[in-house]
Amino acid sequence: MGRVIGLVAFHVFKESVRDKVLYNLVLFALLMISASYLVGQLTAGQDIKIIKDLGLAAAGVFGLFIAVFIGVGLVWKEVDRRSVYNVLVKPLRRHHFIAGKFAGLALTLLVNLAVMTAAVYAVLAVMAWAQPSLVTTARIEAPVVDPQLLKAFALIYMQLLVVTAVALFFSTFSSPMLSAALTFGLYIVGHFNADLAHFENVVQSPVAAAIARALYYLLPNLAPFDIKAAVVHGQPVAAGYVLLTGAYGLLYAGALVGLAMLIFSRRDFK
Amino acid sequence: MAAIDIDGLTKDYLVGFWRPRPYRALDGVTLRVEANEVFGFLGPNGAGKTTTLKLLMQLVYPTAGTIRILGKPPGDLGVRRRIGFLPEAPYFYDYLTAEEFLGYVAGLFGIREPERRTRVGSLLDRVGIGAERRLPMRRFSKGMLQRVGLAQALVNDPDVVFLDEPMSGLDPIGRRDVRALILELRDRGCTVFFSSHILSDAEALCSRAGILVAGRMVASGRIADMLAFQLAGWELVVSGVDAAALPLSDLHVRRVTPLADGRHALDLEPDADPERVIAECRSRGGRTVSLNPLRTTLEDFFVEQVAATQAAGQAGRFMPEG
Repeated sequence: MGRVIGLVAFHVFKESVRDKVLYNLVLFALLMISASYLVGQLTAGQDIKIIKDLGLAAAGVFGLFIAVFIGVGLVWKEVDRRSVYNVLVKPLRRHHFIAGKFAGLALTLLVNLAVMTAAVYAVLAVMAWAQPSLVTTARIEAPVVDPQLLKAFALIYMQLLVVTAVALFFSTFSSPMLSAALTFGLYIVGHFNADLAHFENVVQSPVAAAIARALYYLLPNLAPFDIKAAVVHGQPVAAGYVLLTGAYGLLYAGALVGLAMLIFSRRDFK
Repeated sequence: MAAIDIDGLTKDYLVGFWRPRPYRALDGVTLRVEANEVFGFLGPNGAGKTTTLKLLMQLVYPTAGTIRILGKPPGDLGVRRRIGFLPEAPYFYDYLTAEEFLGYVAGLFGIREPERRTRVGSLLDRVGIGAERRLPMRRFSKGMLQRVGLAQALVNDPDVVFLDEPMSGLDPIGRRDVRALILELRDRGCTVFFSSHILSDAEALCSRAGILVAGRMVASGRIADMLAFQLAGWELVVSGVDAAALPLSDLHVRRVTPLADGRHALDLEPDADPERVIAECRSRGGRTVSLNPLRTTLEDFFVEQVAATQAAGQAGRFMPEG
């Protein structure tokens, strides 16, 4: 089972890294990260914060684009082009295929995020080397080449796994356009999900409050994955928080992948 | 044990968005294919051939009926290890090379290096993919994709091969190669089930065939048996007699064609009595040169079956509601 999932994942990774869309997105992300150096020059005394902030934001946004644009086509494209017929008749179960697809994109995202992380650290290292005076000011809050940034990158990755699972879930039964719209929609809703928990404070109707609470548990809660501000400003982020939030992400992504497997296993390929 | 055993296979699809209606793509198909047979699954476009193959491959699930391949249901992983499938107009991954894709497929069968590399190489040689094997498949022509499709269907050295329109998209040389490949598979002891609407291929390759029209099997059996009793008439060649002067309608002669050296070819109706015509010619001083029965071709038989089914009003495939 593991061998088959690994094989499917490896080929998703191979296909993805040869896709021009991916190269364009990664290139743009690297340009953004590099440009943060220039933007940093315009803001006296805030250079390091700006670079960290822009770097993390670029990694998150472009990671999101990769997860959505590759994720929504992951299954749909295979069904639409009928390439899935060549694979599903081989000795593997349909749910192994879905697991492999998810694992393949997760690997692609990991490699891309690692490249972006390296780029952010490289820009920070250049900054520390070129302008030591600015670095001294910044060090009051947090070191320039701050290992804490890795926690933010780790949670960005976990959030991307949730987004990938959402995209993959929609991809098993709807077109890429619709899947992309729904995934972006859920991503945005996910960042305001916490408001639903306190809906009962602003509405009178108990039914509306109950629906809001149900949605709060049902929809992904993505706000906890965003620890950019804390990390950039040198506020401590407990390892336990990162682990717990990561575990929530894995659980949510796992549940969605499970649903995707269920739908895909029962589907007729007309 | 039959290689393929299909019993009462029925498939309904829901058609329409607002008021979906069941459309019967396949209606109670029953057939049996013995081991080491080349079976031609014939039918006009839209007859349900591809649906049957998808059901056999469990790409769609049946509404009713059962399928057994090598004695087991089609979803059985043990069965999947022993079968190969070429879908109609196959399509693969844009950014993978033929070599990589075949390596991937071989990996799914648990074939490990170095055997994987050897097998992939020899299969690509066998289907005529040369140096192109290292190019991304998005650059491949339809014919080349068809060849890769054949190679991936054979990567596990299968006992039963299902080919959906294997000649489609191929040039005459490609078609000849595929015909040779099917015969080679048969000689190796493999069972081949292929769908086609190119009847000359079926006539040349199949030991048995089934004809599917509007989702129903209208004929099945040995091609020789199907056509043996389908006598289309007789061709009698005589010499030394003025054939045009014979009582043609009385003798059930459809047409007289003059040939070289005073010979004539007489086209007799199927219910004519050739011996009576020969006796008539002899009585007028003529001599019989040859007498041959005219058999119905598979194409004639096929057209006849399709026309008969459509005339019987079986083409309407939407099911009554409620």
